[in-house]
Amino acid sequence: MGWQLIRLYAILVYGFMFLPVAVVVLLSFNDSQFGAFPMTGFSLRWFEALWNNDAIMRAFRTSIVLGLMTAVISTTLGVLASLALVRYRVPGRNLITTMLIAPILVPEVVLAVALLLFLNFLGIGKSFTLLLFGHVIFTLPFVILVVQARLVGIRRDVEEAALSLGASPRQTFFSITLPLLMPAVAAGALFAFTISFDDITGTLFWKPGGVETVPTQIFAMLRHSISPEINALGTVMIVLTVGLPLLGAALARRMAMKRGG
Amino acid sequence: MSIEAREARQPWILLSPALTAVTLLLFVPLMFIVVYSFWLRSAVGADTMGFHLDNWQRALTDPFYRYILLNTLKIAAITTVLCAILGYPAAYFIARSRGNKLLLLVLLMLPFWISYIIRTMSWINILGTSGALNSALMSLGITSEPIRMLYNENTVILGLVHFLLPFMVLNVFVSLDGIDTNLEDAANSLGATKWQAFTQVTLPLSLPGLAAGGLLCFVLAAGTYITPLILGGPRDAMFANLVFEAIITQLNWPMGSALSLLLLFVLGLLVLVYNRYLGMSQLTKGLG
Repeated sequence: MGWQLIRLYAILVYGFMFLPVAVVVLLSFNDSQFGAFPMTGFSLRWFEALWNNDAIMRAFRTSIVLGLMTAVISTTLGVLASLALVRYRVPGRNLITTMLIAPILVPEVVLAVALLLFLNFLGIGKSFTLLLFGHVIFTLPFVILVVQARLVGIRRDVEEAALSLGASPRQTFFSITLPLLMPAVAAGALFAFTISFDDITGTLFWKPGGVETVPTQIFAMLRHSISPEINALGTVMIVLTVGLPLLGAALARRMAMKRGG
Repeated sequence: MSIEAREARQPWILLSPALTAVTLLLFVPLMFIVVYSFWLRSAVGADTMGFHLDNWQRALTDPFYRYILLNTLKIAAITTVLCAILGYPAAYFIARSRGNKLLLLVLLMLPFWISYIIRTMSWINILGTSGALNSALMSLGITSEPIRMLYNENTVILGLVHFLLPFMVLNVFVSLDGIDTNLEDAANSLGATKWQAFTQVTLPLSLPGLAAGGLLCFVLAAGTYITPLILGGPRDAMFANLVFEAIITQLNWPMGSALSLLLLFVLGLLVLVYNRYLGMSQLTKGLG
């Protein structure tokens, strides 16, 4: 009896989490010209409108470029730091870890204000550069946490075997460590990209006038009225942010299977 | 250089880019706004440097700011409690289910990957005047006119709970999953009812996870300004909205610095209390 009740409760919680998202997807295919209930028929017109909306397409390009650059920089910094923390006995390890994940312990608004004011003082005003710095520092802790968790699972003796068989440290890194590290690198990069792509709290502080990312573009559109295009855009975002990690996971599993692991 | 010395230097070489980044992009900027909060805004040109207590005096004594701060803490507290009430049983279900635990967990974490702004605005489709709920009520003949349900404090809390619930579920799940189920069986075999076994064995053991989830929910809720802008009315501003107003709208950067530091201080105090009793490791467990 008790277990059935818990099960029912859990199903309701799942419903609560998914219902609003499902409604967004449903309405994005609605033919009605106001993009609200009732449903009047199936149509792709809002996706077409989206495709022809220059502002949204520009925001998409900005978000993708920003996300990719953030992912590259953040993952590089994060993987190097994680290697040091997992592979070496570093004095003050706990303090360093806390310092490195501090950007997510500080409320994002405070981080946004501090970075904006300081870099502006140094002569870097609201700009793409500021956005990039902000996204890197905000995503770095997530990358470090994800990569560290993966790194712990990689056995050290494989590398030691390579070294003892005469490979140089550089050869060992590129032909043993890095390939073993790839899933961790991919996971970190994906995480950084997704978080950057989704960020609005800091982005609204850092973005220069006239430049919009996808979330800030949606935000600006919401202030006028909820147009049906937003639902279509929402559907695209859902497919991107959910589909990409799932695709990444599937690819990683396939790669692992091919290697016979 | 000896091999030992090279070996000892290596981790610092690997760490230096990341440490430089957090130093220059977080710690120094934080110290900078401490200084900035003592400057004064001037109507034209650069802000006046110096050591003025005006911003701090206003931030700490203005009744409006105090009201918003207390209200923000209240909203964050209600959100946290609701997340715990909704999240704990769901996490318990996942942890104790005999099916595919990982799948159940991933399913509940999926919305976490879905854009925050999309999830927030999706409630407009449900609760708006031409939303799903009003359409349903009207077509069932329960009401003849749409009811205004949106743009108040309750919808702000609703949006926050929807946003933060995955954090709670994940943290509680991690701690529940680590509890040996034999302990419950032992309690049962010693004569405890299922409910007693839960309240006296499982629940206390899972409290660290509940506390970690609660801290995350509280801190994230108290620092948000987007949700009130989308789902709240004009009078439902939270403390971070004051910061946004000061920095972006009024361009009063010294005041904005003081207000953000006040927010950081209040939330930091909470984190310190948590750290004193439970330690930081529980938090990173859930995140990793």
